Parts: sequence; structure tokens; C-alpha cells
Amino acid sequence: MKKIVINEEYCIGCRLCEVYCVSQHSKSKDIIKTFKSSEDRPVSGIVFEENGYTTFALQCRHCKESPCTTACLTSAMYKNNNEIVLHNKEKCVGCWMCIMVCPFGIIKPDLKNKKVASKCDLCIGREVPVCVEHCPNEAIVLKEK
Amino acid sequence: MKYVIIGYSVAAVNAIKIIRKFDSLGEIVVVTDEDRIYSRPLISYYLAGKVSKDKIGFIEYDFEKKYNIKVLYSTIVKKVDTKNFKIILSNRETISFDKLLITTGGKPIIPKIDGLENDTAGVFTFTKFSDAENILKYLEKNIVSESVILGGGLIGMKAAEGLLNKNIKLKIVDLTDRLLANTFDKKASNYLEKKLVEQSSEFIKENTITKVTTKNNKIVSVTLQNKKVIKTNMLIIAIGVKPNLDIIEKTNIKTDRGILVNEHMQTNIKNIYAAGDVAQGKDFLSNTNSVIAIWPVAAKQGKVAGYNIVGKDVSYDGMFAMNSVEILGIPSISFGITNPDIKDSQYKVLSREDKNFYKKIVLKNNKVVGAILINSIDRAGIYKLIIKEQLDVSEFYNNLLKDNFGFLVLPKNFRKHFVTGDGIEV
Repeated sequence: MKKIVINEEYCIGCRLCEVYCVSQHSKSKDIIKTFKSSEDRPVSGIVFEENGYTTFALQCRHCKESPCTTACLTSAMYKNNNEIVLHNKEKCVGCWMCIMVCPFGIIKPDLKNKKVASKCDLCIGREVPVCVEHCPNEAIVLKEK
Repeated sequence: MKYVIIGYSVAAVNAIKIIRKFDSLGEIVVVTDEDRIYSRPLISYYLAGKVSKDKIGFIEYDFEKKYNIKVLYSTIVKKVDTKNFKIILSNRETISFDKLLITTGGKPIIPKIDGLENDTAGVFTFTKFSDAENILKYLEKNIVSESVILGGGLIGMKAAEGLLNKNIKLKIVDLTDRLLANTFDKKASNYLEKKLVEQSSEFIKENTITKVTTKNNKIVSVTLQNKKVIKTNMLIIAIGVKPNLDIIEKTNIKTDRGILVNEHMQTNIKNIYAAGDVAQGKDFLSNTNSVIAIWPVAAKQGKVAGYNIVGKDVSYDGMFAMNSVEILGIPSISFGITNPDIKDSQYKVLSREDKNFYKKIVLKNNKVVGAILINSIDRAGIYKLIIKEQLDVSEFYNNLLKDNFGFLVLPKNFRKHFVTGDGIEV
């Protein structure tokens, strides 16, 4: 399957990946509408790390032996037929087992609503995820693994 | 090939998935004393009314059909015949097997208490769906405004969460000086104790129940070790669980606390395997065999057992204790060794706290071996990763507790290996 590979040396810290991730997962899919409306603004599926000039964006690695799906108490976290790790909010009870076991720390909790807040879905249905498409410097690329 | 699995929960399900990957024809028979399959940790959510009966499962509705397995529900296994490779049911029927996987889980420890009978009304354990059902039925028929919970460990606190949601005040009695004593320290416990007080409830530490008083076989009060009497018409017994070894008593399967298994999840008898809360497998941190009765360990052991049952040589590299519990609205995650012997100079403890959160990291010889995270669980799994990878943190341990803790804190080579890799097997 195709996987997102990150090159921190190329990351310029523009955070466009986050901007496009958020708007892609909003209802309107429109950047301006998404960022003007707090109701239509999902949490980004990307964890952005920054320390001085070193920056990089990290999203779900869709692990082969995914610890999050194994640890999930309700099977809210599951793999689809294409080996993509997805999250079903309906089933999620907010036990945070996935947060405990994800070695990349990329799952974000919504502590108020007791649900996993966001998780990269590899922009399911799109040929190329928006974070990859809009990265200006090829710091995030899609590779066949 | 005929595979028989005793017990039907997370270890069994994971084993089945692997077995079917390699053997689509072999017969798989599962025997369970339960009348349904459900996610055990969800019973506290069910008690609290946060999850409905139909959402308490954790597998697809067509799992049995999809994986072509036969499940015998509400069926009790009497004994395993290790000589003739068969199991004997309570109705004297026998089922033969080529490979057997034992996943009988744990059962609650019930202490001998003066006045407590097997059938005393108002007294419950809290490990099964039927326990939650029985508690709910009792609450319908009786007015319960206050309950006593014996045991402030994980099961006791999960029961507490459920009951507090029903506006029942609690007195939680524990022999130790803190809640969740296996994973929490005194400071971590304080955050929960404060919350209990807010809900008109109380933690009674370093104490236990010595007597149960009944009227018409129904509980009316308990007497503590310090002679104090607490009036109550409900008692939850939650002092712990032990591996359920009933069916292998008087067999030649080797046990200690649980069934002893090697790295292939195999018992001392060829063709007989064990996994989950009943198994005593490798503990990554102590390098001994221990029972680690948690969901992710059961899942992983089930998988490894599955591989080896179909003849694939996959080794279990050991896991360590870890828990994620949200109690009284406070999320917490803990890993490994959280209460080291402070006199031992190999250990070093780092911590950071304010009134809302608490973080503690335990180092042993410059490697992280444990952590407690209270109300600050973001990116928790990275701590698990560096425990597992035995990363030397001597150069940057000061950054481990910072708000921006993440991969950038870790050495470049280490993080590149992980974040650019193919994902990892954990």
C-alpha cells in the first residue's frame, strides 16, 4: 500500500499540511469557511513538532501490526480492507487505550466529548492526501511501501 | 486439524484471526461459559449507562460466520485430559483436539469475611457482564444511596465510576495507603481522593472489612478492622483477580500463579497453549514470567499463540504493565515501574505537577522504565516506545516532562528510524 513518508530536513514549518488537513475534513471543505467557523473546524490529523528551525509534521503511520486497533476496547479503531487504520466515533468510548499504545503519539483525545478527536484517514477516496499534495517542499511524500 | 479454544474474549478472538489466515479449512471450536461475547472492560461503561447492551461487543456481528468457527455458549468445561487430547464438559460430553488454546481469563478473589455467605443479597463482584446486570437489577429493586467497595484497585475504581454516575455515595476501603496502588503513587492517588470528596464519597485507607452483618440474608452493614460500623445495603468486592485455573487442576500442565508459557505461548505440554489473563508469560521489564492481566497483553498473546498453533515460529517478546483509566473525569495513563525502591541508587525519579496535572517518570540506569501521567496524557505512547526500545535518555532527560515532549526531544537517529519507517510492530 501507499504510505506517507516524511523528510524533516525539507520541512520549512509552513504548516500548510495542517491547514489543508483541517479544511479537507470539514463539511464545507473550504479553507476560509472552515477557519472562520468554529463549528466546522475539525481537529487536524497531523501532529506538528517544532523546536527552533527544526520542524516536521507527523501523521498516522498506518502500522502493519497496528497497536491501536489491537488495544481498542470497542473496535472503534479498525483497519479497512485496504489496511488503512480508521476510527469510528460512534463506537468510541474514550478509554484512551489507543493513546496509551500509539508509539507515535499521533492520536489526539477530545477530553470533553470522550472521543478520539482526530486521526489521519489518508484522505480516503483521494488519490493523494491533501497534506502531501500541498506540501511545497516535498517534506511529506507518498510512497509505495 | 481441529483447534479447540476454551474461553471467548480478546485473546481467543485474536488467535482465531491469525489461525484462519493460514488455515481456512481446519475446524475451530470455541467453548465459553458466558452466554455472549463482550468487551469486559466495558462493563463499567454499561453500569454507568454510557454504553448500551447491544454496543458492548468488540467484534463484527458476523465474526463467527466470517471466520467459520463454532461457538458453544454457556458451556462449562470440567477438565482438560492432557493424555488423550480432549476436553470434558460438565454434561460429560467430550471434545477432542489436535491443538488446544486455554484463554479462561481471571476470576475475582473473594476473601473470607465473617458473616458473608455465597448468596448474601447486595454483595457483588465486578468482572463480568452478569455482575453489572445483577447490580442494575438490585438497584431497581432496592433504594441504595450509599455503597461500600472493598478494594481501591482498578476493578474497584471502575465500579466506583459506574456507581457514582448513578448518584450513589461511596466508601472505598483498601489495605494500602492509596487508590490504584499497583500503578499510582500517593501523590497520584490524591487527585482522585479529592474528586471522591467532591462527590460526598470517601477513601478509607489502610483498613479492611472484618464482618458483614445481614438481615434476612441481605447485607445491612459492614464492620471495619478498626471496629467502625458502616451501614450499607450494597457491597462490591473488588480486591483483585487471579488466573482461572479451575479446569486444569490435577492435570500435568505446569502453573505458578498462572499457566506457565514459553515465548511461543506454549505450555509444558506440546499442542496445548495459553494466552491472556490466565497465562504467565514474559514480563519485559523484570525478565521474569508474570501475569499481566490487561487487554493489550491478552490481544498480543492471543496473536502469538495463533501463529504458533498453525506452526509459524513467532516469539512473544514480553510486555509490561500499563493502564489507561479515566476515573472521576480524570484521565490517567501509567506504564511499567511506577513506585521504585528509592533507596536503590539505580533509579531516578523525575516529576512535574500543579493542581490540575501530575507527570512522573522513573529512570533506571538512564533508561525510562515507568511513568505516571495524570490529566496530561497527550503523546503518552511515546513513553511506551522509549521504554520498549530501552533508549538511553541521559543526554536529554530534562526534556521528558516538558509540554512540547515529542519526537523532536529524542535523538535524530532514533526518531528518523521510527517516523520514516514502515510503522512498527509493538
